[in-house]
Amino acid sequence: MSDMQAEADLTFVRREIAPQLPAPQPTRGVIPWLRRNLFSSVGDTILTVLAVLFLLWVIPPLVNWAIIHAQWTGDTRDVCVANDLGACWAFVHANFGQFIFGRYPDAERWRVYVFFLLGIAGIVPMAMPRVPHKGLNLLYLMVVYPIVSAFLLIGGVLGLPTVETVLWGGLMLNIVVAYVGMEVSLPLGILLALGRRSRMPGVRAVSVIFIEVSRGVPLITVLFMASVMLPLFLPPGVGIDVLARALIGVAVFSAAYMAEVIRGGLQAVPKGQYEAADAMGLGYWQKMRLIILPQAIKIVIPGIVNTFIGLFKDTSLVYIIGVFELLGTVRNSFADPAWSTPGTPATGLFFTAIVFWIFCFGMSQYSQYTERRLNTGRKR
Amino acid sequence: MAVADAGRSDRPTTSWFYNPAFRSFAIQAILLVAIVIVFGWVIRNTTQNLANLHIASGWAFLSGRAGFGVQTFLPFTADDTYGYGLWVGFVDTIIVSVLGIVMATVIGIVIGVARLSTNWLIRTLASVYVEIFRNVPPLLVIFFWYFAVLAVLPNPRSAISLGLDFSLSNRGLTMPRPVTGPLFPATVVALVIGLIGAYLLKRWADRRQARTGQPFPRFWAGLGIVVVLTAVVFLVTGAPLSFDLPVKTRFNLNGGMTLWPEFVSLLVALGIYTASFIAEIVRAGVQAVSQGQTEAANALGLRAGPTLRLVVMPQAFRVIIPPLTSEYLNLIKNSSLAVAIGYADLVAIGGSVLNQTGQSIEVVLIWMVVYLGISLITSLGMNEFNRRMALVER
Repeated sequence: MSDMQAEADLTFVRREIAPQLPAPQPTRGVIPWLRRNLFSSVGDTILTVLAVLFLLWVIPPLVNWAIIHAQWTGDTRDVCVANDLGACWAFVHANFGQFIFGRYPDAERWRVYVFFLLGIAGIVPMAMPRVPHKGLNLLYLMVVYPIVSAFLLIGGVLGLPTVETVLWGGLMLNIVVAYVGMEVSLPLGILLALGRRSRMPGVRAVSVIFIEVSRGVPLITVLFMASVMLPLFLPPGVGIDVLARALIGVAVFSAAYMAEVIRGGLQAVPKGQYEAADAMGLGYWQKMRLIILPQAIKIVIPGIVNTFIGLFKDTSLVYIIGVFELLGTVRNSFADPAWSTPGTPATGLFFTAIVFWIFCFGMSQYSQYTERRLNTGRKR
Repeated sequence: MAVADAGRSDRPTTSWFYNPAFRSFAIQAILLVAIVIVFGWVIRNTTQNLANLHIASGWAFLSGRAGFGVQTFLPFTADDTYGYGLWVGFVDTIIVSVLGIVMATVIGIVIGVARLSTNWLIRTLASVYVEIFRNVPPLLVIFFWYFAVLAVLPNPRSAISLGLDFSLSNRGLTMPRPVTGPLFPATVVALVIGLIGAYLLKRWADRRQARTGQPFPRFWAGLGIVVVLTAVVFLVTGAPLSFDLPVKTRFNLNGGMTLWPEFVSLLVALGIYTASFIAEIVRAGVQAVSQGQTEAANALGLRAGPTLRLVVMPQAFRVIIPPLTSEYLNLIKNSSLAVAIGYADLVAIGGSVLNQTGQSIEVVLIWMVVYLGISLITSLGMNEFNRRMALVER
């Protein structure tokens, strides 16, 4: 009975309406976003405040230096000596032609413009997946464009005056060196990668030694080797152009890196593909050309683009063996008495950094875009 | 009929030209002959060229007088030999590489973890850092520190003070120089003994925990052993360490020690450039550990710290180590960019030797052997580390 009583006491019947709960916190809009991303806890708030202080410390002086107090115009160093608060853009403006073309003669610079335009005309459609005729496009980029460009830039045919390679310089040279590097490293890298996975021990040994030695030493030593030892290797009396030495060094070096990237792709192709190709009765080269390489290269396109980025950055090193590309030209202009001021190096290097950054960042964005595009099937 | 069948099975159906064994042999033989011919041709040309230039190949030049002096960590003057100069350059390469690796690793881990932060501002700042430094050439970063930062600093008289007697001027980074007394080695020995003791303690604590489940504060106890032992020995031997402080004179800073600007700019540039790559490796490594692992650790009742330390990090390390090794090797190789600003590393000194003596083949050989050796040793060390971290599957 008492149990029953207790049970009855425990029963609860709500007789009035429950108190209203406050509205749920909004999860969309500016304030919730701020709370979630900047002020989620005490530590988070401290970090945010520190980061804001850091930005206040860095951004205003940088903007002041690069834009507000910068010296935009002027023909001599005096304007920049007078204004030592900001960047000396007048220096970049005055030397702009040299930074892009080196000492390429003024009257012939249209040839470099044509070289740039022809390159863009080949690369842009190649980079767009939707544009058809990739085979013809590749043929243009790998065969037609380099040959036409060589005649165009060197001259000596069709009434074009010859321009010695010692006069080449600036950004144009970075592009020439990088392009030749890509052009040589892609086919040579494919051959080396195939050689490294070959069943023939002799071929494998040669490929492994070449790849590992080139990758194990700094590019500078390879360039030094090309610069001082190539002349020794050739028959007495046969000279070799300094630019050509740099090109050979860069090409050999990047081919070794390319080979490793492509080997990764070859290993990623399932074994069944190799066996199926064998079962179809395809020969080695047919098997590679029609079955394996198309799949392998598709897998490693991001890696190939990353190698190109590294190659483009490495073109700045040829300056060390006396080929004046963009960074070398800028660095040499610091010593130019006409423009030497304390602010000149910072301005020149800032400009160079922006140029390199645009190229490399553009390539890396393209590589990520390709990765996303190719990944659609395997995305989780 | 039977005869024809027997004949068919005896003889290969295809010609010998299509026999894989023959083809493999022929291709390799042709390759070998081609390589021998090219090498022979190159060697003949080289000997002729060297004879024309009156350069005797061989290693005798190593004992010749260098005739140039540069600022290096080991003392090096014009009267020293070429061989010693190359050794000095090698030591400089090692010093800048090791310090650069330490610096790049620390910055890289901080930035990599910052990229994973839930704080939008921190995450974005870290991404900006990575995107800036990954996309410019390392030589440009070196030039930036050398020409745009250190060269325009004030002269030593009005050096920028960084506190604790550290100061920065266009002569480089000046800091107090430690001066050790005769009994100082005893402190070092004590430190080593302390470290061994702490390691033994950790091993004992691990075993005991595995056996009985009893935890032991191994970190604090180990730290205590190291600090107390070292401090006691240091004080008992009469504190045999003092600092030679730099003193500002009218034109210069005297005393202390100065890291010259070439070294400082190379080190800082290599550190922050490589850090941007290491940050990406760390981020990718941590993200590679599946979310389920963290959730499982939480379900077992582990707090955030132990979850990170015991569950996430050991798994992330497996993904991180191989690319980290190649980043370290890249840093070591990039340290050869020293030649562009005149820090006397192996390549810079080798270049001077090469220009003076014309012994290009020997010098390039030394470079190759040294860098390949460094690559090999680093790879072996990191592979060993990797093997210890690797997944032990049953």
